Amino acid sequence: MKVSIYRFDPDADEKAHLQDVEVELPEGRDLMVLDVLELAKSRDPSIAYRRSCREGVCGSDGMNINGKNGLACITPVSEAARGGKLVLRPLPGLPVIRDLVVDMSAFFRQYERVKPYLINDAPPPAEERLQSPEDRAKLDGLYECILCACCSTSCPSFWWNPDKFVGPAGLLQAYRFLADSRDTATEERLADLEDPFSVFRCRGIMNCVNACPRGLNPTRAIGKIRSMLLTEAT
Amino acid sequence: MSRLRRMEFDGLIVGGGGAGMRASLQLAQSGLRTAVLSKVFPTRSHTVSAQGGITCAIGSEDPDDDWRWHMYDTVKGSDYIGDQDAIEYMCSVGPQAVFELEHMGLPFSRTETGRIYQRPFGGQSKNFGKGGQASRTCAAEDRTGHALLHTLYQNNLRVGTTFLSEWFAVDLVTNADGAVVGVVAIEIESGEVVFIQSRATILATGGAGRIYASTTNALMNTGDGVGMALRIGVPVQDIEMWQFHPTGIHGAGVLVTEGCRGEGGYLINADGERFMERYAPTAKDLAGRDVVARSMILELLDGRGAGPDKDHVLLKLDHLGADVLNARLPGILELSRTFAHVDPITEPIPVVPTCHYMMGGIATNVDGQALTQDANGQDVAVEGLYAVGEVACVSVHGANRLGGNSLLDLVVFGRATGIHIEEVMRQGVSYREPGDDDLDRATSRLSRWDESSAGEGVAELKRELQNTMQVNFGVFRTEEHMVAGIETLKDLRQRIGAAHLPDKSRAFNTARLEALELDNLLEVAEATAIVAEGRRESRGAHARDDYQERDDENWLCHSLYFPEDGRVAKRGVNFAPKTMEAFQPMERKY
Amino acid sequence: MALVTNVTSFGRTGLSDFVLQRVTALVLGAYGLCIVGFFAVADVSHASLAAFLAGTAMRWFSTAAVVALGVHAWIGMWTVGTDYIRQHAFGAGLGGSAFGLRLIYQFGCVAAIVVYMAWSVTIIWGLA
Repeated sequence: MKVSIYRFDPDADEKAHLQDVEVELPEGRDLMVLDVLELAKSRDPSIAYRRSCREGVCGSDGMNINGKNGLACITPVSEAARGGKLVLRPLPGLPVIRDLVVDMSAFFRQYERVKPYLINDAPPPAEERLQSPEDRAKLDGLYECILCACCSTSCPSFWWNPDKFVGPAGLLQAYRFLADSRDTATEERLADLEDPFSVFRCRGIMNCVNACPRGLNPTRAIGKIRSMLLTEAT
Repeated sequence: MSRLRRMEFDGLIVGGGGAGMRASLQLAQSGLRTAVLSKVFPTRSHTVSAQGGITCAIGSEDPDDDWRWHMYDTVKGSDYIGDQDAIEYMCSVGPQAVFELEHMGLPFSRTETGRIYQRPFGGQSKNFGKGGQASRTCAAEDRTGHALLHTLYQNNLRVGTTFLSEWFAVDLVTNADGAVVGVVAIEIESGEVVFIQSRATILATGGAGRIYASTTNALMNTGDGVGMALRIGVPVQDIEMWQFHPTGIHGAGVLVTEGCRGEGGYLINADGERFMERYAPTAKDLAGRDVVARSMILELLDGRGAGPDKDHVLLKLDHLGADVLNARLPGILELSRTFAHVDPITEPIPVVPTCHYMMGGIATNVDGQALTQDANGQDVAVEGLYAVGEVACVSVHGANRLGGNSLLDLVVFGRATGIHIEEVMRQGVSYREPGDDDLDRATSRLSRWDESSAGEGVAELKRELQNTMQVNFGVFRTEEHMVAGIETLKDLRQRIGAAHLPDKSRAFNTARLEALELDNLLEVAEATAIVAEGRRESRGAHARDDYQERDDENWLCHSLYFPEDGRVAKRGVNFAPKTMEAFQPMERKY
Repeated sequence: MALVTNVTSFGRTGLSDFVLQRVTALVLGAYGLCIVGFFAVADVSHASLAAFLAGTAMRWFSTAAVVALGVHAWIGMWTVGTDYIRQHAFGAGLGGSAFGLRLIYQFGCVAAIVVYMAWSVTIIWGLA
């Protein structure tokens, strides 16, 4: 199978280029894109990419696979390949460090900005804080985010304003804490988000939903934040 | 080499998983300058893959639950070589550590009354084995590790821990007195080599499941902490004890939580028979993991395996119904569809015992201090060095870990080590200076790879090492195979020492990291092999065809492997819990 | 305190923009329907159209629609400017910042909007 891999070594290359690699796939098994990369790397160890758990939960190997952002380890080659070919590029919109490795600091800065931790300054009880199953269910579809950045790097608003627009991943976590019955900082969190950029740059095009390898829905969470802001203001 | 850039921290934690980040949280909260050095962004650490939960007697499912019952189960599960003072500490402090996680925001699943949801797991009992199956594993659906790891990272952000994210620790730096003074590490993005000096260095590097060809472990679980410790002469304890998890997805090695069986799933062979009823009539599918894994292999050896090659058994879940599966095991549904191409709502999952957990590691006391032995065989602490989590051997897991005890180990001993170091720092510890020679020693293997000009490649050598371990040191072990394995590893040591790193570039050079990881895999594999051959009995996860019985007379003890001379020593097991009578060894039946 | 401040947003919040965009869109929608309704129902001629628009209520409605259009346009153009006028979109020729260029663009937009609004109001209230 022909695999085109985006190559760039900052110390050696002026410009990035696509390198075509021929990889022999074993018969009768549908490999994941990561397996193909590992095969390519066993031949050319200089290919750089992040990977770890190889089961879609650590969020390391987000990349652009034939034009769509996804995790290499849970994207089957049969689904991804077009015309018998794989084209692997780094996640779009972030600076490339080397090959398929991008500098994610802008992405993480936005995550940190939403205060992604439970705020409740009341002294905790001796045991756990109680939470009804119904209230706990409000966190489903939110806390499962693995910070792979597939969503935010498929979002044009994040491409344009990575320094000001929180982006789908960060907003999903912002809402995860707004929705938590144990969190008491709702007002403060909402006040942090009411400017014209942080939330309101979302245009609802749902690229994030399309890209999320965990099947999460940041657009819906953003809609809920907007409603909360509206309710708060009226 | 003294020209290396230098950084300084009070506490340096190597590894950003659950144990490392629980320790760092404790240190940073107390105002110490704390850094977590991790070769991946912290939430990518392997704790994220833990599924089923964290076992702890918080008394939610059963208000009468007692941490002593949990302790009994853990001692029995360890096949009696878990240290009872440490197990006592873990089980009794556990509830507090778990409630703290909840206060930090961990999104536990809930019961109708709003308390933390607990599910049954293997090896759990009430009333010291006499009261039937307990439900003691606190869960956040089947993503407990993910929830725990993210919660810890988030709280570390809150308290201002410094993260050296995507840095790779090459080796520990010692001084003339043998005290650990810090590490030499590579900033992966730039390739720069830096000396990070610390008043306390905590290894939290996790396990080394990648010494086996088939493992549930992440690709990065290469035993870096064990490798670093062995290279400065610190021994490892019980390193022959490797847990094979009964339910790794056949072919892919991906983990399917024991929680599946806790929720009512069970294993069947090719005939559709629930075979665990024969091997463990009482606990059945919720017997200890070592027992279940061995039973599965025996089924395969007897020709009752499923599939065209009769090489796996099946985990049946469909009788639980779609509602329960969607609510309690959503992650398992996803993984099965992706990696086994089956939908557990209608079909069973093909599973096979898969290397999962390293019970052994750096011997420590309850405070996380790394231990070695003096000339008289007495325990002495290694100055400046601590270990927590899977890389450590406190030992609470002994010869076989119970499901759900790993996450508890992480948070309890991460916390305990943090508290201890806080106290030590308050009494005053100064930075110790290394000499130039010491820094040279710590960078020597990096230089070795960087100066290599010809030789074999890393990928092929790694494959050979993993296959050697898989074939010779698996679920069942025999003298003949182990001796052959040790010979192959000796040969591999020569060849890895002469292997070649073709890519010498600086920026994000993953080939260099994989070469350095190979050194660590070799250290762990060799230690495992030598000790496994030496322990002439069957205990817990260490099952020998040629010594099928447990031998309490000779081997009711820890093994201790000394790297300099490849010597295997024995170390006593602690039978002196502080608040109760010790549990004495009994025949282990489920 | 909002996480992001921006000089040319003149202290507006994202929420006020969001609400204004929707309210002004409603006004414009209603006005559009009204005009379409006239063309559908009335016997259309220049005289009948002029008479229709010259009613006092209709003059106020037209004025409201023009103001709504102005507000809607400003928020939209400001947003477009902050999205697309970026340093990397114009290479290094910008001398380090797109801020100056964005300011010129925004000034142009404001000027055009104000002129058009004033002109429209003059027309609306100047009808015979």
